[in-house]
Amino acid sequence: MKAAVLVFPGSNCDRDLAVAFERAGAEVTMVWHKDSALPAGVDVVGIPGGFSFGDYLRCGAIAARSPITRAVIEHTHRGGYALGICNGFQVLTETGILPGALMRNAGLKFICKPVDLTVETTDTSFTAAYEKGARITIPVAHHDGNYVADPELVARLRDEDRIAFRYCDNPNGSTADIAGIVSQNRRVLGLMPHPERAAEPAHGGTDGAALFRSLIGVLAPV
Amino acid sequence: MKARVHVMLKDGVLDPQGAAVAHALGALGFAGVDNVRQGKVIDLELEDTDAASAEARVREMCDKLLANTVIERYDIEIG
Repeated sequence: MKAAVLVFPGSNCDRDLAVAFERAGAEVTMVWHKDSALPAGVDVVGIPGGFSFGDYLRCGAIAARSPITRAVIEHTHRGGYALGICNGFQVLTETGILPGALMRNAGLKFICKPVDLTVETTDTSFTAAYEKGARITIPVAHHDGNYVADPELVARLRDEDRIAFRYCDNPNGSTADIAGIVSQNRRVLGLMPHPERAAEPAHGGTDGAALFRSLIGVLAPV
Repeated sequence: MKARVHVMLKDGVLDPQGAAVAHALGALGFAGVDNVRQGKVIDLELEDTDAASAEARVREMCDKLLANTVIERYDIEIG
């Protein structure tokens, strides 16, 4: 499996994400935001957490208009896989690849702590290695993780089984406790929690590792 | 030619920052403040000379970048 991890000015989880992909068995290339094409043969694009472009204007707004992001949009239109974590989720909603928006946490505070999530569906390439309904612990670290969706969108996400993860104890005011969603073709996942920060024992938890294992299982089956 | 863009959260989208400002005003003794909404103002200097085409261009800028029309609305002043 070939993974590309995007690097924007202000990305700060790019190397952690690359390590998580590598530990799961992927071949990883880092890609600078000014590049206009992804490396040939990339299966999955990782859009990392951080504060791309200083969160100027809106979180993820400038990154969503970067040259490399146009290539990512084309990649997803061709049926390519993408994983956006935290700021990466914000970039995916800003491009319109994923619906809804992420705004300031309801409590206004930056939240940095492990949170409990439920795995709402295992019918995605990112969650296949989990048990449906499993309760997992993954850290969050964000100021703007309050997922906003109108009732029609929430109903559509629910009916199409596109809510991947929900918060057990909603930390940020997200609509319907939504922590992560997938695209209609189920090949793009955006989530606020950081699975790459809970991927090996030294992190204090390994509940995120199954996400990367799931991807490898689908894209590079042994 | 100058343009000023006002970007506000759409009605119905909860504004946590506005709510915090309202709370702080109450704490300072300002009574009777029912609703506070916080937005942003973006000033642009344009080389355009025609107001109508300038407004059309700024509208396109708003739709493509300056506002996230999923949760925000905008108003444009030209002049």
